[in-house]
Amino acid sequence: ISCLRSPRNPEQKIIKRVIALEGDIIKTIGYKKKYVKVPHGHIWVEGDHHGHSFDSNAFGPVSLGLLHARATHILWPPQRWQKLEPMLPPERKPLRREQE
Amino acid sequence: MLRNALGKTFRFLGYTVQYGCIAHCAFEYLGGIVVCSGPSMEPTIQNSDVVFSENLSRHFYCIRKGDIVIVKSPNDPKSNICKRVIGLEGDKVCTSNPSDFLKSHSYVPEGHVWLEGDNLRNSTDSRCYGPVPYGLIRGRICLKIWPLNDFGFLRASPNGHRFLDD
Repeated sequence: ISCLRSPRNPEQKIIKRVIALEGDIIKTIGYKKKYVKVPHGHIWVEGDHHGHSFDSNAFGPVSLGLLHARATHILWPPQRWQKLEPMLPPERKPLRREQE
Repeated sequence: MLRNALGKTFRFLGYTVQYGCIAHCAFEYLGGIVVCSGPSMEPTIQNSDVVFSENLSRHFYCIRKGDIVIVKSPNDPKSNICKRVIGLEGDKVCTSNPSDFLKSHSYVPEGHVWLEGDNLRNSTDSRCYGPVPYGLIRGRICLKIWPLNDFGFLRASPNGHRFLDD
């Protein structure tokens, strides 16, 4: 889960999950192309709440240079105190990895 | 004797950390000296010219059309590229090369800028990889430092015809 500068609004920082890296081919949800190969130097990010998320399905792959930080823990509210595990939802796995 | 040496070492380390933090803040938020390489900005900036770039414009969002900026490369985040801003968001830009017969235009999307090198024939810029997100801009070049016979502010674009006014 990473924190990046929004490509649409540079003043805003958005937090999304990294779904695919450069070279992977993935199936998109609501993007203008059904299958996208992530170009070199870019990544594909998605929010966990599909359909209600302003993510790569809206603005396409983002350049790695816009990445700012990685979210590792939730600190507040105390009842949601937890470590955020890097977990890829099984239905969002890329169709083909570049190295395979 | 040992305590003296240890005390001196710790003081030295303390100063190093302090100056390191100040230097980092200065480079990140104020500006720095950059060595440019490549032919894509000739004749304004030649290969291995040294320029001074300031980062205040980026943080206050006052990059203007015609500024020369340093940008993180969209295809390779480890390298920086140096180009001129031809269009801001909402501007109409000419996406075709000067040698093309049919001219094609498009509008720069929200939150992006259109970059072009001054040496239009030998420059990979937005005409190749499209509009670049504003968040990738690192700083604005304001002064050329080396070579000394060309010291001073940078010239205006030799390609004035690429700026399409509304």
